[in-house]
Amino acid sequence: MRSFSLADFLSLLSALQWTGVLVLIALAFGAPLALGLALMRTSARRALRWTATAFLQLVQGVPLLGLLMFFYFGMPVFLGVEMPPLVAVGIAMTVYTASFLGEIWRGGIEAVKHEQWEAAACLGLSTWHQFRYVIAPQAFRMALPPTVGFLVQLIKGTSLASIVGFVELARAGQLVSAATFQPLLVYSIVAAIYFAACLPLTLWARSLEARLNGAR
Amino acid sequence: MQTLNFQQLLRYQDQLIDGTLHTLLLTLVAALIGTAIGVAGAAAVRGGPRPVRWAIRGYVELIRNTPSLIQLFVVFFVLPGFGLRMGAFEAAAIALGLYFGAYCTEIVRAGLDAIPGSQVEAGQCLGLTRWQVFRHVVLPPALRSVYPAFTSQFVLLLLGTSLASQISAEELFHTGGFIETRTYRSFEVYAVICGIYFALVMIFKLLFAAVGHLAFRWPVRR
Repeated sequence: MRSFSLADFLSLLSALQWTGVLVLIALAFGAPLALGLALMRTSARRALRWTATAFLQLVQGVPLLGLLMFFYFGMPVFLGVEMPPLVAVGIAMTVYTASFLGEIWRGGIEAVKHEQWEAAACLGLSTWHQFRYVIAPQAFRMALPPTVGFLVQLIKGTSLASIVGFVELARAGQLVSAATFQPLLVYSIVAAIYFAACLPLTLWARSLEARLNGAR
Repeated sequence: MQTLNFQQLLRYQDQLIDGTLHTLLLTLVAALIGTAIGVAGAAAVRGGPRPVRWAIRGYVELIRNTPSLIQLFVVFFVLPGFGLRMGAFEAAAIALGLYFGAYCTEIVRAGLDAIPGSQVEAGQCLGLTRWQVFRHVVLPPALRSVYPAFTSQFVLLLLGTSLASQISAEELFHTGGFIETRTYRSFEVYAVICGIYFALVMIFKLLFAAVGHLAFRWPVRR
């Protein structure tokens, strides 16, 4: 047993970068999927809409913890090989991000009036160009505040990776707490670090939203 | 490729049902605590003295910007410091209640803010008492605008109760861990657990949609 020292604090801070890695992985793979889902959900084809809806209902109908366990223990079942926790966690966070961002972006696309599509079509733009140059820029403005808000959700969500033994901030907190026997102090510090990482994003999302409402 | 075997899980039917009931109980208790906090918090933020308003703002931001998992740990380790000896289940109910309360405060506040002051004045002009204004002018549209956000937050709470397993509160996810150590059928166990959560979520979503349909039938005027 030893008491909590500066070295412990630094090890917590350095674990924060693995939280960052998880967030980046989730965004890098989740965002393209989210765009695909948003387009499917707003598609004219029923089959596409239903497939995307079923996927969203399924992912948002189970706990993130369950999703993690499913992929963590599912990898050997699906692929026949053991995978490092990072892969399973990365896949679970990607699926989670895709489903929530997909819904947020669908909302952004639907918030753009349908006449905008028609006007763009009248100009002779192809369907992709209608989306890319007319709809997407307007939808982006609408969807940006909740997207930033979701980042906070995602940072907090990565704390669950600790449960399958991936060492990010929350897991580092558990390890330091076990070594120092000062759980309350350690977890308060961990909470403070998360708070310091999330609050700026929350405030940013709020100011974006205020600016958006002012513009209307 | 390993073969799936769900057969062994059948023996643990009773534990699964018990875990499901505990998850529902935990969700309902946390929702009750959180709703009470939310209503009181929103009222205080709108009309309370400045220090109270700041305290509530701080609480809401603190909860919303830290992971639920860490909140559970902090509450679990903080309670004994106040001389409160509590089981993990009670600690989880308090932690999740505080968590739900913060979101609820924001939801209720937004619902009350959505009612134009002119409507309240109109009600007063008709000679309604304060209670009548609240009951007939403020409450129905406020409930209606709060309902979608509140019910989806409730579903998130239901899913979030799974975290309570990490402080060894005995709910559905904890039951999953128990069965896993007995059968070594990790994947099958968590697939079934996910299925149960999914079924619960679907039941609540249908229930909320039905209640919303019946309760808020009057047309929206914009």
